[in-house]
Amino acid sequence: MSDTVEEKIKNYRTAPFDARFPNTNQTRNCYQNYLDFHRCNKALSAKDQDVAPCEWYQRVYKSLCPMSWVSKWDEQIEDGSFAGKI
Amino acid sequence: HALMIVFLISTLVLYIIVAMVSTKLTNKYILDSQEIEIIWTVLPAIILILIALPSLRILYLMDEINNPLLTIKAVGHQWYWSYEYTDYEDLGFDAYMIPTQNLVPGQFRLLEADHRMVIPVESPIRVLVSADDVLHSWAVPALGIKMDAVPGRLNQTAFIASRPGVFY
Repeated sequence: MSDTVEEKIKNYRTAPFDARFPNTNQTRNCYQNYLDFHRCNKALSAKDQDVAPCEWYQRVYKSLCPMSWVSKWDEQIEDGSFAGKI
Repeated sequence: HALMIVFLISTLVLYIIVAMVSTKLTNKYILDSQEIEIIWTVLPAIILILIALPSLRILYLMDEINNPLLTIKAVGHQWYWSYEYTDYEDLGFDAYMIPTQNLVPGQFRLLEADHRMVIPVESPIRVLVSADDVLHSWAVPALGIKMDAVPGRLNQTAFIASRPGVFY
């Protein structure tokens, strides 16, 4: 929290421990970060701000989510059939 | 030490049994004793609860101490594993078991794979196990890990390989 977002992204190794998801089941961790990335992009670009801080969520979901899930969700977003609220 | 304690306790118990059985004193007038029976039921129950609650909390806390340096995804298919290393780039590969007839002398039957999962030594690693089709289970007994691979679910397990080598 003392690092800026850029420093945290630059020193990124892997998704850190997230206290919201302390248990074995990390499915929601992956999904939440995917949602947060897209919501962050949508919110910041609606205000015409720099979307660089959203990169953190992208790094985390790329670390956690299987590639097949990510490509399926990306296709659904393009089709407009994605079930999550973005 | 342990054997000494075993002998000590068995001698004590045997002596008490013999002493109880071979005495001429008998007490015919005590019929029940509700108070002390309640005490020596409730008190151990309370003591056990006082032991169990922190123990359970520590069990879950132990799962949390985890600062992995690398995240690997192991996805089960019928019938191979695919490994994904996506912390920096999208790297993924499939690992099929080497059939018995293709083994080279020195290799282990049913254990060898064409592409092994490579990990850095002495580093905490997080493995997220999932499956593509049916239930599978990912295990490396030499590292003490086993985790079920459930389609649609990501199960986390963590370990540290403390020495270089090949683990099965």
